[in-house]
Amino acid sequence: MLKKFLLCAFLCLFVASCTREKRTFSQPPANFKSYDVTMSAIRPGSAGVQQPVQMPSEEHAYDTNEGKRLFTQYNCAGCHANGGGGMGPPLMDDQWIYGSNSENIYATIVEGRPNGMPSFRQKIPDNQVQQIAAYVRSMSGQLRKDVEPTRNDTMNARRSEQRTERKTPQQTTAPPYD
Amino acid sequence: MTEGIQNALNSAGPQADSIAGLWWLMFVVCSIVFVLVMIALLLAVKNRTRESQFAATPILEPPPEQERRRRNVVVTCVVLTAIILFVFAIASFTTGRSMSADMPSKNGLTIDVTGFQWWWEIRYQDVDASNIFTTANEIHIPVGVPVTLNLRANDVIHSFWVPNLAGKKDLIPGKSNTLWLQANKPGVYRGQCAEYCGMQHAHMAFWVVAESQEQFNAWRQNQTQTSVTPTTDSQKRGQQVFLSSTCVMCHKINGTPAASNVGPNLTHVASRNTIAAATLSNTRDHLYQWVKDSQSVKPGNRMPQHNLAEADFQALLDYLQSLK
Repeated sequence: MLKKFLLCAFLCLFVASCTREKRTFSQPPANFKSYDVTMSAIRPGSAGVQQPVQMPSEEHAYDTNEGKRLFTQYNCAGCHANGGGGMGPPLMDDQWIYGSNSENIYATIVEGRPNGMPSFRQKIPDNQVQQIAAYVRSMSGQLRKDVEPTRNDTMNARRSEQRTERKTPQQTTAPPYD
Repeated sequence: MTEGIQNALNSAGPQADSIAGLWWLMFVVCSIVFVLVMIALLLAVKNRTRESQFAATPILEPPPEQERRRRNVVVTCVVLTAIILFVFAIASFTTGRSMSADMPSKNGLTIDVTGFQWWWEIRYQDVDASNIFTTANEIHIPVGVPVTLNLRANDVIHSFWVPNLAGKKDLIPGKSNTLWLQANKPGVYRGQCAEYCGMQHAHMAFWVVAESQEQFNAWRQNQTQTSVTPTTDSQKRGQQVFLSSTCVMCHKINGTPAASNVGPNLTHVASRNTIAAATLSNTRDHLYQWVKDSQSVKPGNRMPQHNLAEADFQALLDYLQSLK
């Protein structure tokens, strides 16, 4: 009897120790933190080692899933398809033209890139850009498995991001297509 | 009991009439049965007390006369119950059949209703393409005209329910459901999503305005126009703010480059009585609150917060309020 009680108490404590992921719907606009976007990667002196910036959205399954929704809603899929690429380069492979770090993707969305990527500065709110950037990283399995989107809402030949194996980013200079 | 803007018993059309009829039939019959059962129960309790005064031990073999009488009562009640349930089944079945039957007239109005998390897109169809237009969360219908509603969903299952006019029907992604209804008396009726669809399900409502054919034609005439051209400086600035900020990523205003179909069509947003799926009345204060921080009104909704300068907000509101 005592054993059962202790087991029960232990299980209750164990369950209570779980933390629930917090969703922040109402961030006061003053707290919006814009990441500084460098216009050019060319800088004097030797190439410094870039420290990857961890965006808070990469720590939350909710944010990456919101990013997935926004990716379709803002018609990113119009050029990048569901990650396989079309008019724009594929996002689910290991080839990265402008860098695979969060701040690189953030800059790509905010600033735009040559040959077609428009600038979404002022068009997409800062926190949503972060969500989309996190989702883009999850497409090639760069994030933790527990925060990557687990399922597709629509019929999709591609596996969900969570089931995509992690690909080691490779730097490429030119688009892999003609 | 026959009042209310969201009340199935305040029926304003043939569909809701048949539902209300069925409800009253069941209510009256079941009430009578309930009262009779209660009376029988009270009598039984009363008689039992009286008998126990005489018999010290329970009677295991009641007299045959009494036994026969009791059996007759039980058989009569079982037969009556079966008959009542059978009548209910027939009434319910015929009501359901008559409601899902084809529209009585092909000359009615056709409206596409698409459910989004958490608002309704309303698209009026017409053989004349110039009469096709899109609005949101507010359906105007002429009195006495049958209306066919094509129900679809964009994301999850919703359910279209205007209790005063018709029963519920689900909006299912990838499927088109049809519901027809008709308003026989003018009025404003409230509709509500009746299938749990996520966080803001409770704030996913809409209005049905039943009005005379003339009023409806005037309304439709206005809705088919492109948006009003801004006249004052403030309105012009507001339009620029709209077109150069996040608004254009989701909303559409006919006659401007804003042409996205993710959020409600705002071409005639000022002509609507409510905003945010009938959550707020369409006043300047509410609009300001909604545009600035909609998450404080409907947490989790798809509209992001906006960080514009105060003057830009005021200009944007001037512009939005001019879109009659």
